[in-house]
Amino acid sequence: MTLSVSDVKRIADLAYIEIDENEAKETLTHLSGIFNLIETMQAVDTSAVEPMSHAQSVVQRLREDEVTETDQRELYQSIAPQVEAGLYLVPQVIE
Amino acid sequence: MFNASLKQLSLQLAGKEISSTELTTEFLQRIKQTNPEYNAFITVNEAMSLAQAQAADQMIASGQAGPLTGIPIAQKDIFCAKGWLTTCGSKMLSNFVSPYDAGVIERFNQAGAVNIGKTNMDEFAMGSSNETSYYGPVKNPWDHAAVPGGSSGGAACAVAARLAPAATGTDTGGSIRQPAALCGISGIKPTYGLVSRYGMIAFASSLDQGGPMAKSAEDLALLLNVMVGFDARDSTSLQRDAEDYARDLQKPLSGLRIGLPKEYFAAGMNRDVAKAVDNALNEYRKLGAQTVEISLPNAPLAIPVYYVLAPAEASSNLSRFDGVRYGYRAGSYSDLADMYRKSRAQGFGAEVKRRILIGTYVLSHGYYDAYYIKAQKLRRLIAQDFAEAYQQCDIIMGPTTPTVAFNLGEKSGDPIQMYLSDIYTSAANLTGMPAMSIPIGFGDKNRPIGLHIIGNYFSEAHMLNVAHQYQLATDWHTRSPV
Repeated sequence: MTLSVSDVKRIADLAYIEIDENEAKETLTHLSGIFNLIETMQAVDTSAVEPMSHAQSVVQRLREDEVTETDQRELYQSIAPQVEAGLYLVPQVIE
Repeated sequence: MFNASLKQLSLQLAGKEISSTELTTEFLQRIKQTNPEYNAFITVNEAMSLAQAQAADQMIASGQAGPLTGIPIAQKDIFCAKGWLTTCGSKMLSNFVSPYDAGVIERFNQAGAVNIGKTNMDEFAMGSSNETSYYGPVKNPWDHAAVPGGSSGGAACAVAARLAPAATGTDTGGSIRQPAALCGISGIKPTYGLVSRYGMIAFASSLDQGGPMAKSAEDLALLLNVMVGFDARDSTSLQRDAEDYARDLQKPLSGLRIGLPKEYFAAGMNRDVAKAVDNALNEYRKLGAQTVEISLPNAPLAIPVYYVLAPAEASSNLSRFDGVRYGYRAGSYSDLADMYRKSRAQGFGAEVKRRILIGTYVLSHGYYDAYYIKAQKLRRLIAQDFAEAYQQCDIIMGPTTPTVAFNLGEKSGDPIQMYLSDIYTSAANLTGMPAMSIPIGFGDKNRPIGLHIIGNYFSEAHMLNVAHQYQLATDWHTRSPV
C-alpha cells in the first residue's frame, strides 16, 4: 500500500485536524514507515479466525433505567471555553 | 524515611513516630528541591496534599487507619482528581481542573492516602520515553542523559528518585512496565478489568489498565489491595470477590515452572540485558524453580497489531476533544468546523496527531477489514499462543525491554524505533493478562534492567509471590540512584 500527500490531507480532514503542506509531507514519511510495519500482519492466514475485540469474554452489563446523576451544570460549565445562560457557545452554524 | 517500605511507613504512622503531615511535608520539600531537575511532576499542590495529610492524621488518631492511611502517593496525570489540574501531558487539557474524581482516586481517598502530586507522562499516554509530554521530558534519575521510559515516566522517576513512596501508572502497551524497568523499580499491570477506568482519561479502551508502581513487590501488593475493585461506572469493570494480594508473598517457589518464550530470547535483545535476565533465571533455579522453553509463534506480530488497534481506539476516544465543553480552544477561527480543526491542530502534539491519523485511516471505508479486523483476528491468535503456553508452565519470564534506557533525543525523531521498545510488553495488553517488571541489575552505562513476568488471568497474587521471593534473595530493588 502506498500513501500520498493527498491521502494524508484527506485523513486529517476526516479527523478534523488542520494540516499544512509541510506537515502533510512530514506526516506522510512517518505514516508510510508505520504502515510498512503494519503490513507484516498480512503474512499470516487468518481466514478461519474469529476477531477478538476484547480481553474478557463477558456480556455487557445492563442497569435499571433510573436517574443516577445529579445536576452539576454550573460546576461542569465553569471549565468550558465559552458559555452563556447555561449554554455552550460555538460559532453560528445556521444563518 | 525516603527508602522505607509502605509497611514500614504504615507502622511508623501507627506508632506515632511520625505524622502524615510531617511525612507529606518531607516529600513535598524533596519535590520542591529536585523537581526542577527531574520534571517528574506536572502539578504539585501543597495545600491540597497537606489537607489530606491532616485528615489522615485524624483517621490514625481515631483508630480508623488502613495500611495506606497517611502515605503520600504520586498520581499519574491521567487520573482525574477533583480540584486538581489534570492535563494528561497535553496542551489540550492545560486548563482542565477536574470537576470529579477517577475511581482509582476515590479508592485512594477512601483509604486515607495523600495525593502528593500529579506526575508527568507522555501526551495522552502515547509514547515510550516521556518525550511527547507538552510539559517537557523527564530525566532518568540513574543517568540524567537518559529517558525514564514512558508513558508513566514521571511516576517511575518519582519512585526511583524517592520523591514519593509509591505511584500510580497506566499501561496500554507497556507504559507501567517499560518505565519501571528503565528506572529500576517494580510495577504491575493487573488483569484487564480489575482496576476501574472511570475518570482515567481514555487512550485505547480495550487495552488501558491502571496499576501501581513502587520499590518492591510487597508494596505493589498493598497498593493493589486498594486499587482493585468493581466500579459500575466502568462498563468493562469485572465483578469479583475481593482478594488480598499479599496473601501468598511468603510461599516457597519449589516446583515453579517458568516458561521462557524462545521468540523473546531471539535476536534483538542487547547482550547486557540477556546477561541480567540469565542471572535472574539462575537465581530462580536456586529458589527451586525450573525453566521450560515455550513458543509464542505470533508474538512478533504484537507490535503491528497493537499499532492498528490502539490508534483505532484512540482516534475514536480523542474525538471528544473539540474545544466546546472543556479543554483548549483555538484563539481565532472562521466557523465551527474551522474551530474544531484549529483547536485539535494546536492542542495535540505530533505523536498524538500521528496516531489519530493512523486510527482514522484503518477505520475508514475500504480499509476496515484489511487492517482493523485483521488485527483483531491476530489478537486472538496471540491470546491462543499464551493459553497453550500455560499448559506447560505456571508463569512466563523474559526481558521487559530489549535495551537499557536510551538517551534523551535518541529516538524521538523515529517513531518506529520508539514503538519497538514495547516489543515484549504489548502482547499482555492485547490478551488482557497481568504482567509486571522487577529490577534485576544494571547494564550499559550502569542503567537499570527489568525482568518481565507475565502471569495467567487473575494470577496477580502468585506473580507478586514470585517477585517477592526473588526480592528476598537479592537486593536490586533496594538500590537507589540518590
